[in-house]
Amino acid sequence: MKRFSQLLVTLILKTSRNDKISVLSEYFKYTPDPDRGYALGALTGTLSNPGIKPSLLRTLAAERIDQELFNLSYDYVGDLAETVSLIWPDTAAYKEKLPSITEFISKIDRTPKAKLSALISNFLDNANSNERWAMIKFATGGLRVGLSARLAKTALAAYSGCLLEDIEKVWHGLTPPYIGLFEWLDGKTSIPKIQHTRTFHPMMLANPLNIEQDFNRLDPNDFQAEWKWDGIRVQAVFDESGKQLYSRTGDDISRAFPDIVGELNGKAVLDGELLVGDNFKALPFNQLQQRLNRKSPTKTHLKDYPAFIRVYDMLFYNDDDVRDLPLKIRRQKLEDWMKRVKNSRLDISEILDFDSWSRLAELRTEKADTLGHEGVMIKDLQSKYSPGRPKGPWFKWKRDPKFLDGVMMYAQRGHGRRSSFYSDYTFGIWRGNELVPVGKAYSGFTDEELVMLDKWVRGNTLNRFGPVREVRKELVVELAFDSAHASSRHKSGIALRFPRINRIRWDKPAQEADTTETITSIM
Amino acid sequence: MQWINHELYIAPIDAYIDPIKPVDKAIITHGHADHARPGHQKVLASRQTIDIMKIRYGEKSATSFQSMEFGKPLRINDVTITLYPAGHILGSAQISIEYRGQRVVVTGDYKTIPDSSAQAFEIIKCDLFVTEATFGLPIFQHPSPHNEINNLLKSISEQPKRTHLIGVYSLGKAQRVISLLREAGYDHPIFIHGALEKLCDYYSSERINLGLLRKALVQDKETMKGAVVMAPPSALRDRWSRRLMDPIICQASGWMTIKQRAKRSGVELPLIISDHADWNELTSTIDSTEADTIWVTHGREDALVHWCKLNGKNAEPLRLQGRDEELEI
Ligand SMILES: [Zn+2]
Ligand SMILES: [Zn+2]
Repeated sequence: MKRFSQLLVTLILKTSRNDKISVLSEYFKYTPDPDRGYALGALTGTLSNPGIKPSLLRTLAAERIDQELFNLSYDYVGDLAETVSLIWPDTAAYKEKLPSITEFISKIDRTPKAKLSALISNFLDNANSNERWAMIKFATGGLRVGLSARLAKTALAAYSGCLLEDIEKVWHGLTPPYIGLFEWLDGKTSIPKIQHTRTFHPMMLANPLNIEQDFNRLDPNDFQAEWKWDGIRVQAVFDESGKQLYSRTGDDISRAFPDIVGELNGKAVLDGELLVGDNFKALPFNQLQQRLNRKSPTKTHLKDYPAFIRVYDMLFYNDDDVRDLPLKIRRQKLEDWMKRVKNSRLDISEILDFDSWSRLAELRTEKADTLGHEGVMIKDLQSKYSPGRPKGPWFKWKRDPKFLDGVMMYAQRGHGRRSSFYSDYTFGIWRGNELVPVGKAYSGFTDEELVMLDKWVRGNTLNRFGPVREVRKELVVELAFDSAHASSRHKSGIALRFPRINRIRWDKPAQEADTTETITSIM
Repeated sequence: MQWINHELYIAPIDAYIDPIKPVDKAIITHGHADHARPGHQKVLASRQTIDIMKIRYGEKSATSFQSMEFGKPLRINDVTITLYPAGHILGSAQISIEYRGQRVVVTGDYKTIPDSSAQAFEIIKCDLFVTEATFGLPIFQHPSPHNEINNLLKSISEQPKRTHLIGVYSLGKAQRVISLLREAGYDHPIFIHGALEKLCDYYSSERINLGLLRKALVQDKETMKGAVVMAPPSALRDRWSRRLMDPIICQASGWMTIKQRAKRSGVELPLIISDHADWNELTSTIDSTEADTIWVTHGREDALVHWCKLNGKNAEPLRLQGRDEELEI
């Protein structure tokens, strides 16, 4: 834990990519197995949370310090791990050696629930504040030290001399403490064997289109275009021994969609959009939301919101890795496979007919409201399926945003770098004389604006509910959003898709914000 | 106590302590800009505080200056004024005022741990204690400054080719960090930004050992590779520092306790070196003064007021204007 805490502190403070890579390589080099593999799992979010709840730490802190002093401190720092680690009485006794990561995990694992708080306090008593911070972060999960999984893998490549691409290809088939992976990286064995139709494969993502730059240099004949559907991106991985659905981040969501999983036939890895609706007619996103909110669906949900996948790409055709073939060929293989293998919940994504960018521009707006898509995807016919977000081959071209003026109602603290700021806001619009919430926004402003918003929130607080502050209903913000839908879950009856702050209207009186009628008229 | 109010105005002698606006009579605790302002008629302060005010604001920054020695009482009418060291920066004083059998002590800014660049703090028993609370939250438990200097020296030895650029306030912090480095045996020349020059010269003339200092000039960036360079925090993020070669950004301040805060200011190597008392120093000093009334100013008053009440003392926050933490050291 000593070395791991030094690593975390360095990672959070270093800004240069190269510095981060070099401290990580050093760590992998000098840390024994299985410690380094657990650390890697914690850093990349693949290690399951050791199961210490934040409430346990609050209770421990409350036994040592007056509640009001704790609350004032927490309010000031904004981050629980940091507050507890700093406020913990520094006994400087350090009688016992700190556990290694492996001991830390196994001790927590073996300790009965009733004795966990004694175990954790003992760990914290024998540590300095940085070590306490690292242990709490590790024990509660979610390190948030500004390190992407991609950068951790880049460091593995730098450390070993193996190719990043190769690491990516096997990554999702492996689990902490990554013994086999390190054996390969250390040159002791060959690359670990992965059962491809049993594991998640990182997805290929598109970049937003830059109209002026991209259209001038790109030839429409080199590209295919499809609707961009407003569902969730999924990967279906299935063969005779198992069937899984994964979200974009690799979370297994199979249990939530038995209607799809039960109907998967054959052996393949497919990439597509999960949607709900009868006969492949997609319903708006907030209907899909009903399904996403539950771990497993009710009978009514299955009947009212049947799910399907609109497939647009193929990664494995039976056992064959087709990711390095051009999109044009992958598409042919996908069409061929879809014809051969019967799958009642799979539908193939339509290819749009266009011969110029201006024609595509027309298509993009023409059917946006009737079909309910959110723009178009443009993909290079020669593109390989490369994990991550490579610049060049794939573009997303979203429909133009809509705008409304909302009034700030509540503010909540952000996370990580923004944890000491009120950065997540709930906005409302008028229904008669009453403000009703329409959505939350936490992006679209600059760092300077964040400081001003935070100051405004602190100076205009009416009530506090834990981390949430209710503010004076005085600040108007212009929100941009993709579309508005009827929703029974919101008091306003309206749900916004992708609301974000477009600009802050410091000048505008709250009375002049938008009303539910004006928004309903554009739905 | 009727004769001193929340603006630290002492009625029987018509004088203010550390006033923000120009007044007729001012008693000044120390030379930082949130305490010492130009434009008063008469200023009473320690000799070194007066010297510092003249360096920063000019010889004529007050109509007249009267200097006092530590521990030597001055009687005006029925009021006795005595200065005692506050341990914050060179010349910093606590102001003790006695009137009709009661004693008030106003600390200005202070710290109680040893510092060879400032006179050592003394505990003065009193009836009303007016304390600062810059770090008035229990999360502030400053580590030993020697520990922080060792971290700096370790980083220098691990990355001997890179410049360590340290953000320090020009009065007090700069000289303290330099003298800590000297005490730890670091004997290379230390490069200082132009804004630190006059005050470093002054400290040296007051026999504080700062060793060999050189002016940090951008054209010498090659020679500054591997060296320690000190600059005001504002210069850390401006063009000046970007012209140095790939420096490691450090900052010496009590605020560096909070990692997210260090990260937000782009600090890679935080040095928790503070010229203000931490939570434990604040609470134990309050106890030692045996005062039964505590006025809390200058920072996070709420927590310290709450602690005082928990411990059976009368306490009130003084929300003095112009004490801005961003100006703070
Ligand atoms: Zn000061
Ligand atoms: Zn001050």
